[in-house]
Formats: sequence, C-alpha cells, structure tokens
Amino acid sequence: MSMLSFEKKYRVRGGTLVGGDLFDFWVGPFYVGFFGVTAVFFTVLGTALIFYSTALDGVWNPWKISIAPPDLRHGLGLAPLREGGFWQAITVCALGAFISWALRQAEIARKLGMGLHIPFAFGMAIFAYFTLVVIRPVLMGAWGHGFPYGIWTHLDWVSNVGYQYLHFHYNPAHMLAVTFFFTTTLALSLHASLVLAAINPRKGEPVKTSEHENTFFRDAIGYSIGLLGIHRLGLFVALSAGFWSAVCIVISGPFWTHGWPEWWGWWLNLPIWAR
Amino acid sequence: MKYRFPAAVGLAFLSFLGLIFVMQTFERPPVSSVQQGFRGTGMVQVANPRLAAMLRDVNQAPPALEAASADGDRASTIYENVPLLGHLSIEQFGRLMQAMTEWVSPEAGCNGCHVEGNFAAENVYQKQVSRRMIQMVQRINTQWTNHVEAVGVTCYTCHRGQPVPAAHWAAMPEHGARGMAASADRQNLGLPSVGLASLPHDPYSVYLAGGADIRVATRTPLPSGNRQTIQGTEATYGLMMHLSQALGVNCTFCHNSRSFASWEESNPHRQTAWYGIRMLRDINADYIAPLRDILPPERRGPMGDALQANCATCHRGLSEPLYGAPMLRDYPELAPAAAAPR
Repeated sequence: MSMLSFEKKYRVRGGTLVGGDLFDFWVGPFYVGFFGVTAVFFTVLGTALIFYSTALDGVWNPWKISIAPPDLRHGLGLAPLREGGFWQAITVCALGAFISWALRQAEIARKLGMGLHIPFAFGMAIFAYFTLVVIRPVLMGAWGHGFPYGIWTHLDWVSNVGYQYLHFHYNPAHMLAVTFFFTTTLALSLHASLVLAAINPRKGEPVKTSEHENTFFRDAIGYSIGLLGIHRLGLFVALSAGFWSAVCIVISGPFWTHGWPEWWGWWLNLPIWAR
Repeated sequence: MKYRFPAAVGLAFLSFLGLIFVMQTFERPPVSSVQQGFRGTGMVQVANPRLAAMLRDVNQAPPALEAASADGDRASTIYENVPLLGHLSIEQFGRLMQAMTEWVSPEAGCNGCHVEGNFAAENVYQKQVSRRMIQMVQRINTQWTNHVEAVGVTCYTCHRGQPVPAAHWAAMPEHGARGMAASADRQNLGLPSVGLASLPHDPYSVYLAGGADIRVATRTPLPSGNRQTIQGTEATYGLMMHLSQALGVNCTFCHNSRSFASWEESNPHRQTAWYGIRMLRDINADYIAPLRDILPPERRGPMGDALQANCATCHRGLSEPLYGAPMLRDYPELAPAAAAPR
C-alpha cells in the first residue's frame, strides 16, 4: 500500500503501553502494537468459536445463529461447552478484543502526543457491554442473565427482559438514556448542518468561518456554544447515552424487582398531592 | 488556589441527599431468579427474597379441623333451612360451620350469619350471601378445575378471616378523575389497579365482568380487516398489569414477548390464566353481581354494585394462592361429586 508523502513523519517510535519495540510496527496502513496482536487473536478465536458452536447447532441462517448463555442453575460457575460454555468463552474473547482495541487506540494516541479522548469514548461502549454480560449477571448471581449472541435472539431477550419489569419505559435511567440518544442526534444534526451551511455559500462568495457559525446561533437562540464547545457537548451527550443505558439495565433486577411503573410510587406519594 | 470550600460542601450535601433518595426508592441485591424458558430467552421471574418473607407470613393456610364422621343422622333431621348441606352428617355439618366461622367471621362468630337463638332465620343478608358463596365455591371446585386443579378453593382462599375479602373491585364513578393529567378514557391516574402505570385503571368491568376480547395482536400484515384499537391495547395492558401484580409475577410467567398472542411460544401458565379469566367472568356475573339486591349500601361499591372478584382476591401476590396449600382436600363437602347447581 502506498503512503502519502507526509505520513511517514507521523510514524514515530514509542508510546507503547506493553511490549516496547517488539510490536511497534505497521502492516500497510495499520499500526500493530501488542494490543493489535491481542485484538486479532481474540477476534479470530471468538469468531471461530461462534462458527464452531453454530456448526454443532447446524444453524447457518445468519439471522438465526445464536450463542445462548448458560442455564441459571449454573450460577456463576463454568458451564459445559454446549450448554452455555461457548457463550462464556466467546464473552471472554469479545471483552479481550474490545479492550485490546481501546488500548491500541491509547497507544496510537500516545504515539501522536494526543489526548486519550478516543479510547475513553470507546471505553464507554465497552463499559455498557461489560455491564450487560458481567456486572449485572454477577449482581444477580448467574451468567445466565447475560444476553444471547444472535441477531434475532438478542432482540427477543431485550424484549423479554423489558417485560420482566412490566413496562420498561417507566425505568428512570432508560428515560435518561433515550433522551440522551435523541439529544445526540439533535446535536449532531445541528452541528453538521451548520458546518455544511458555512462551507457551502452562494456561488462566488467566500467560504464562511466560525464567526458566521457563532453569529447564526446567536441570532437564532441568543447563544453559541462555539467551535470547541460543540464537540465537548457532543461527546458528553453521546457518552451519557451509553452510560445511562448501562445504568438502566443494571438497576433492572439487582436494584428493582417489580414493575418499573411501581418505582414511581414515591412521586405519586409526594405530600404535595398525595391523598 | 482559590478557596472552594462552600462548593465542596454543597456537592457533598447533594450527594448525600441523592444517596438517601436512591436507598429509599430502590431495592438491592441479592435477588432471586427462576428460569422459565430456554436459556438466554430472558423468560425469568425475578424476586426480592426479603419481600418474599413478608408474603409468606400473610399467606399461610390455617390448620384443618379434625375430620368428622360421616355416620349418624343427617343434618337436615335436626336443622331447618339447610337445603345445601342438609345431606351431611350432623358432625360434618357442625365441623363445616365451625370452619366457615373461623375463615370468614372469626370476630362475630355464628352471629355473623345467624340470629342468636334462631339458626333457621333467613332474614340475615349474610346468611343468604353465604349460601350463594358455598354454591359458588362448589361450582369453582367442580366446573373450573382447569383453573383451580385439585387444589381447589375454600372460603379462606379469599376471605382470610375477614367478612369481606380484602382484595376486590367495584365500578368507579365515570368522572372520578383527579389531577390535571387525568383523561376521559380513565387513564393517567397512576392507580394501584394497573401497577401505578398511566394505563386505563378499570380493566375489571371490561374484562372480568364483561366479556371483551383480550386479543389485540394484529392478524394481518396490513391494516385491512384489522379492528384492533390503541384503546383496546392499553386496556388489555392494564388487565395484564393487574394479573402480574395479583400473582407477583412478570409478563414472562405466561408470555414470550416476541409474540404475546402465540400459544406455541407461551408458557403453560397462560392456559391456566385463560381459564381463570373465564372463571372470574362466570362467578362475577352469576354469583357475586346479583348479590347487590340483598347487600346493604355499606357493603357495595360507590356505584352501588357488589364488590366483585379479581385475580388478587384469591392470589394475594402469589402465583399459587396460599402456596398451593390443598385446603379443599380436608373439606370435600365444598366439591360435591355432582355438578353444583348454578
């Protein structure tokens, strides 16, 4: 693969977290590093286990492939391979691959002398997954509370786990998470449309800059968060969406066993209007 | 460095309030869970074992009275006005009366139903209600075994030592709406009947007295021929909230939510519940509602109807009332071999 003329000066030594110079090289455009090796290892092994498991099931329809977690009776112990053991091994591989990827991002950022915002942001997604398949199952006492790895089956799991709490839309953290997801798309659309508007002026006019962008929002709503601020806000609302998603599932079960509408009893019982 | 003490104190105070709030409104691990479907489907019952202990205390069946001999003279030879139970032996009859007194009227004793000194008198409404209720229990135990199975029911299943079962329902005034969110279709009141949800709060008169269809899933992929409504869906959801609350279970006790309507994917409990809903319609319409004519005003609901039965009347937070204690086995008089007259 060819390389742009200026790219070479960014390919500097060092910045590795583990392994020193051993894996400090590139393959084509890709930086390798120790965590590149572990990411590939876990990805290949995990994917192979998925194929092995579904081969034993005899399922090759991609929609219907599913790796189910163990029965609850296995608790937090190891399950036989074909009774949820595959799920446990694949979960280890998935976490290994995700965390390797985040650490590889960190190494690249260090190499370039950048901040660690990218691995931190990706780490929030890993945290949400870790909450689903490790924290919540441990709090509830069985790996069987994890979700199955299948395109259709994981949706069925989400639906049934929601109905374990009768009406999931009343989950306060779910409310926050949904609100942050929508706010993220709102913020991105406002930001993207503003930038595109500034760089696509009428024919013959010069491209506009951030002064125009700021002025647009000051005229419209009296305030502009600014060139840097919109990215801080964007990251905040995006990571909040993931964070509150993790909270909304970890409180369902370990910290609330009834219907979510019932949780709001404290609100209905406030002395302001309670009968 | 700038002196930040007040901000730190404010933050600590707010965190403290937040912690108190969270501890007051949420529960905590460990929780208990029971798997009810293939692994990974999420068909699981989740419960708080600390609350389960409280349920156990209030759902204990009383010990059975010592069995009575079936020999000797019939009760009808010494008692008047015993059309229903006159065929029992005197000993059996007396045992059943004693048990019913403990189950239903432990405080007032015999006088809960009878005129002192004249057991045969018919001018006590409680006596007439009791007679009808015995017929109802006999009908449930003989005609609704699809729901109650061999465990059956006795007066105690509902009454629990009280003249009026604690869990009951009555029609509510049309415009009893409170609060700015209350709407004309009886929604948004956050009442316990629907688990504090905004759903229509009276699923009983529609589904447990009336015979409205509990079928809201669309059968066709396109709107053609689909007669289901959002209102019907929400009212059904309200009824299902009641079932869940009454039985202390979640939706996946009966349903696989990937298709609520599909019997193939449902748990067998759903069939028991289906019969239970039909049983309630039967007993509310034929046995309980007609009692309004003999009940005094203080024993009726705000609209003047009799206080009727719903799932909670027997279940009281358990999927099997009284943890499935087979009380009926000790009182076979309540399940006569011949079908009970309506």
